[in-house]
Amino acid sequence: MSRHTLSVLVEDKPGVLTRVASLFARRAFNINSLAVGPTEVPGMSRMTVVVDADGDLIEQVTKQLNKLVNVIKIVELTSESSVQRDHILVKVRADAATRLQVTHAADLFRASVVDVSTDSVVIEATGHPEKLTALLSVLEPFGIREIVQSGTLAVGRGSRSMSDRALRSA
Amino acid sequence: MSKGSPISPSLMATKSAGAPKAPERVDRPTDAGVDIAAAASPVLGPNNVVPPTVMTGSEAIVRSLEELGVDDIFGLPGGAILPTYDPLMASGMNHVLVRHEQGAGHAAQGYAMVTGRVGVCIATSGPGATNLVTAIMDAHMDSVPIVAITGQVSSGVIGTDAFQEADIVGITMPITKHSFLVTDPNEIPHVMAAAFHLASSGRPGPVLVDVAKDAQQGKMTFSWPPKIDLPGYRPVVRGHNKQVREAARLIAAASKPVLYVGGGVVKAHASAELLELAELTGAPVVTTLMARGVFPDSHPQHVGMPGMHGTVSAVTALQQSDLLITLGARFDDRVTGILKTFAPNAKVIHADIDPAEISKNRTADVPIVGSVKEIIPELTEAVRTQFEASGTPDLQNWWAFLNNLRETYPLGWTEPEDGLVAPQRVIERIGALTGPEGIYVAGVGQHQMWAAQFIKYERPHQWLNSGGAGTMGYAVPAAMGAKVGEPDRVVWAIDGDGCFQMTNQELATCAINKIPIKVAVINNSSLGMVRQWQTLFYEGRYSNTDLNTGHDTVRIPDFVKLGEAYGCASFRCERVEDIDATIQKALEINDRPVVIDFVVSPNSMVWPMVPAGVSNDQIQVARNLTPEWEEED
Repeated sequence: MSRHTLSVLVEDKPGVLTRVASLFARRAFNINSLAVGPTEVPGMSRMTVVVDADGDLIEQVTKQLNKLVNVIKIVELTSESSVQRDHILVKVRADAATRLQVTHAADLFRASVVDVSTDSVVIEATGHPEKLTALLSVLEPFGIREIVQSGTLAVGRGSRSMSDRALRSA
Repeated sequence: MSKGSPISPSLMATKSAGAPKAPERVDRPTDAGVDIAAAASPVLGPNNVVPPTVMTGSEAIVRSLEELGVDDIFGLPGGAILPTYDPLMASGMNHVLVRHEQGAGHAAQGYAMVTGRVGVCIATSGPGATNLVTAIMDAHMDSVPIVAITGQVSSGVIGTDAFQEADIVGITMPITKHSFLVTDPNEIPHVMAAAFHLASSGRPGPVLVDVAKDAQQGKMTFSWPPKIDLPGYRPVVRGHNKQVREAARLIAAASKPVLYVGGGVVKAHASAELLELAELTGAPVVTTLMARGVFPDSHPQHVGMPGMHGTVSAVTALQQSDLLITLGARFDDRVTGILKTFAPNAKVIHADIDPAEISKNRTADVPIVGSVKEIIPELTEAVRTQFEASGTPDLQNWWAFLNNLRETYPLGWTEPEDGLVAPQRVIERIGALTGPEGIYVAGVGQHQMWAAQFIKYERPHQWLNSGGAGTMGYAVPAAMGAKVGEPDRVVWAIDGDGCFQMTNQELATCAINKIPIKVAVINNSSLGMVRQWQTLFYEGRYSNTDLNTGHDTVRIPDFVKLGEAYGCASFRCERVEDIDATIQKALEINDRPVVIDFVVSPNSMVWPMVPAGVSNDQIQVARNLTPEWEEED
């Protein structure tokens, strides 16, 4: 199964997230991550959905999503033509003895420490999913107490705007 | 992956824009009369201009229905929809009070199936709304345009588990084309117009409008026509030219083509267009369970119904074909059997208005997205051009092969050895004595298959059944809706003794509202199709399939007494020699519903049969013997 990133422009209507999520569930599509938030256009939200599917299946996923009345437009973003980022918050065990090592590790990944207590730190990092996986493996030996991770966010490279084009064709 | 260019939808042109509002039922779409080009406004109905008028939300619901051109509504009131029933009483629309909300839903389906117009049902919140669920799911599976309006508890108490509160929008989300929750009365006109537009255009389907009680009671400013704002909904109607030409090229090159015709052709009112294409190509036509009648059974090119209980000629035509010309069909598992062995040597042209159906089950070589109403005539023209250029293909060997199958394996039945009446004979006689101008509505099970096999279908909208959902209990309420939609036609519900006991309370609705349907209960005293599988696959262990309604049983309930209790003319027929006279007697009664208890053999089985889980190549034609299979699923 290959991984696909879909940008889904939707009407900001009650229940639209449920409609998308339940579509994936009932059609037995594998959803890897889903992130949703408002866009620059009032009344429009954008979802980034990462799906594990083969060629025929991803076509079916897209067609079924398009059948949802609240879905305005769908674009598949390839890794070459888009910027894709995950966001992570990690709470790591860190006392006086290990704190410097932990913060140093964070520095190497251009992550930042956003909270410090006597025996832990919270590290915030943004990056491609592989980078975050690497960060976690470096932090793992210190003792990870909590991980909170967003879904992947993705935007196409270049000046073109997905919502702009969707509005013009609507 | 964009949704295509905005094009006016296909099925909404049932009323011409700007026409004066007609008080009677005029401008009903017929197959010839649906004019796609006239679709000027997505708002159904005559598009009267109503200047801003202050009224309540409930008055706005009723007024919207009137402006949308609705004549008939099926429903049952309750607390959360009470405000709307008050102005409904003053409306000229005909409201049929059902006895169970499921009946309202199926009646709306039956109405929509025979008229091509949107069927409307109304229920209250909570259990009223959940009672609609089966019918909504049925309409979803069979692409039937209905709008279900439900009352909801007041917006202030939504989410508090209030009395009769159910999240019906959530419950029906997977089985509706779309749904709305209305909490602001000012939204009512455009939501209602959008609901009707969605239900009737593109691939038709059920739309739910859930209206909170305070939105019904609150004041709003009504004006008409409203603006429909659906930026994400742009059904494609015109087929792609290049694909149509490619399809024509394949048709000209095929030596074993088959027109695989589904319910979409009925929904698109494209039977005349289909006939022209079929006669031009000379290809055999198979009509699926949902498409019976859209191509005349009597036409020499019709080779039957495909699928699990299809004719040998139809099933084999698909299996042996080198080109499936698929029109408004969806490669359902009941047609294909094991998918990977289905029509293994065929290329596939697939025309459908729903892009998600194309290559969902079987990959299409030539996909054509659009309405078959538009695609078929374009394809006909393209084929004509292609034939002129490259010659008409020679289908003589193909027809010799298929004609031999038709002659060798015609549909038929064997007389039961128990001396009881053969159910197939009863159904065949009903069809023969009533004729193709009647409407036949089946429940689900053996009687449904026999009705599909042994009644002659000559016109679209002649045959109604629950195909995708397989809803037992569909027949009586759907027949009721069909009779309301087509009051001048004879409407038969061909029902089973099991199905009939699920929804026969609507006989009261029929009797009181003078909706004289005719119900033929094919009473084999059992859940017949399940029993058939038990006979074939479970060594005759009849676990919980005996209903005790038939010959030599306690006959609970007594269907004749039951029919009489509901004010219906009721007869029992137990002998072959009485069949015709009983049907004739029923055909002569038109002032009240008729119920006939046809007591038939429980041992008759539906043949031919492709057992579940095997290739269509293993179709069984059991006449005097019961084949044995090793396994099924």
